[in-house]
Amino acid sequence: MSYKRLLSLLALILMLLGNASSTFAQQEGTAPEAGHEAEKSQALDIKKIIFNHVGDAHEWHFFTVGAFHATLPLPVILYSPEKGLALFSAANFGHEGHREAYNGYSLNEAGKIEATDGSKFYDFSITKNILSMLISVALLLIIMLNVAKKYKQKGSMIAPSGFQNAIEPVITFVRDEVARPNLGHKADKFMPLLLTFFFFIWINNLLGLLPGGANFTGNIAVTACLALITFIVMVTKANGHFWGHLLNPPGVPFGIKLLLVPIEIMSLFIKPLALAIRLFANILAGHIIILSIICMIFIFGAMSPMVGWGFSPVSIAFSIFMFLLELLVGAIQAFIFTTLTAVFIGQAVEEGHHEDHSHNDGHYHVNENEIVL
Amino acid sequence: MELLTPELGLFVWTLLAFVLVFVILKKFAWKPILNSLGEREKGIADSIATAQRVKSEMAAMQAENQQVMAQAREERSQMLKEAKEMKDKIVSEAKDQAKAEASKIIGDARVQIEHLKMAAMTEVKNEVAALALQVSEKILRKNLSTDAEQSNYAKMLAEEVKLN
Repeated sequence: MSYKRLLSLLALILMLLGNASSTFAQQEGTAPEAGHEAEKSQALDIKKIIFNHVGDAHEWHFFTVGAFHATLPLPVILYSPEKGLALFSAANFGHEGHREAYNGYSLNEAGKIEATDGSKFYDFSITKNILSMLISVALLLIIMLNVAKKYKQKGSMIAPSGFQNAIEPVITFVRDEVARPNLGHKADKFMPLLLTFFFFIWINNLLGLLPGGANFTGNIAVTACLALITFIVMVTKANGHFWGHLLNPPGVPFGIKLLLVPIEIMSLFIKPLALAIRLFANILAGHIIILSIICMIFIFGAMSPMVGWGFSPVSIAFSIFMFLLELLVGAIQAFIFTTLTAVFIGQAVEEGHHEDHSHNDGHYHVNENEIVL
Repeated sequence: MELLTPELGLFVWTLLAFVLVFVILKKFAWKPILNSLGEREKGIADSIATAQRVKSEMAAMQAENQQVMAQAREERSQMLKEAKEMKDKIVSEAKDQAKAEASKIIGDARVQIEHLKMAAMTEVKNEVAALALQVSEKILRKNLSTDAEQSNYAKMLAEEVKLN
């Protein structure tokens, strides 16, 4: 156990060192002409450091020692209606500090690709986030297909073992605590989707916590995409009962109907939107807090190296705490996203007079408002 | 604000990857896993139900056994009792029969004895009569062998008649 603890501590220190070197690289990069004496007076651009870390990038930056940047350049895929498809390595843009244009495109300060002539194009590059996602997808496929193979080999009546044993309680948890209470007898139909949501979000949350990892689930495009899938499933699977209640609530006076129906229609879109923002904000906030706590060392270090060293144990203790909290949050957010998806789909597919049988079944009905996280 | 503007590339790739993962996992992982889990749960429930049924069956069988045992015990004692009664009856019957037989035999014997006795008596009487005749004959022959004696006897007889 102590060995593992030591390892995680080491990982944190590595992360911290990575930050340290990139901080100095940033200083060089942002103020190359300021000269040597300007280095001390140069204020740390904490915002830029943090936002570079939580944002997307066309190269995977691991660490920088002196002038050496350990980065993995990623493929750039661009489609322009005028110039057609362009496929090249991000290494062509040069290194941090001395960017150069290539093929009519250049990388700007924020790490975004711009066309030098200002023409319109679409960026389908394999960025850091996408590569991280592809790794997570590969991991997910390897793990789950192996687990499934084990079930097939051993038959259903043998006790689970190994990784199968680790995955099985999670699957039964999703089935018994997420799908069945919200979807009732239709749970089995939506189980594959809910399981994919849960494991996809969870594994990406965990990969994002690795030092140098990408902030994939803390990106609004990702959570918007996942929420869109929930929305599409919800709308396509919704039955007449749901639409009837939405567009023409029974037993409501006409005047109130005028007020209620627009609100109901708005809520239809607000549900997935809230879903997207909840996951995005939670994961992003976690990343920003950990980075901020570590950056505090360098803020104090900029005042005086002694203070920086003195503060580092406090900062490390805080970041370990936050790291463990984020491990928990990673699983909780995956659970919440899956649960809310189940709740929304459950609302869309439930049949009339649900009050009677859902209470008789002894299932509890999770209300979206009950979940505050 | 840059953080809040979704990037098209990331969105498209995520959508593509998620849908692909969903389709692959649904077909090759979730279906077999969920099916096995369902099968196992069903199997366990069935096993428990079977165990319970066997248990109740066992209990019923035991009760039945006990009942059979009790019945057998009762039957045995009944049989013993009957046998004893039968024995007593046979013994008493035999006794009665023997007694009757014996009394009959005794009666017969008595009758026969009576007969024999009568026959013997008759024979003895006859014998005695014959003997008396012989003796009297002999006596008479001796006493009346001479003429004088005959006349004496005749005189005696005549005297007796005179007396009368």
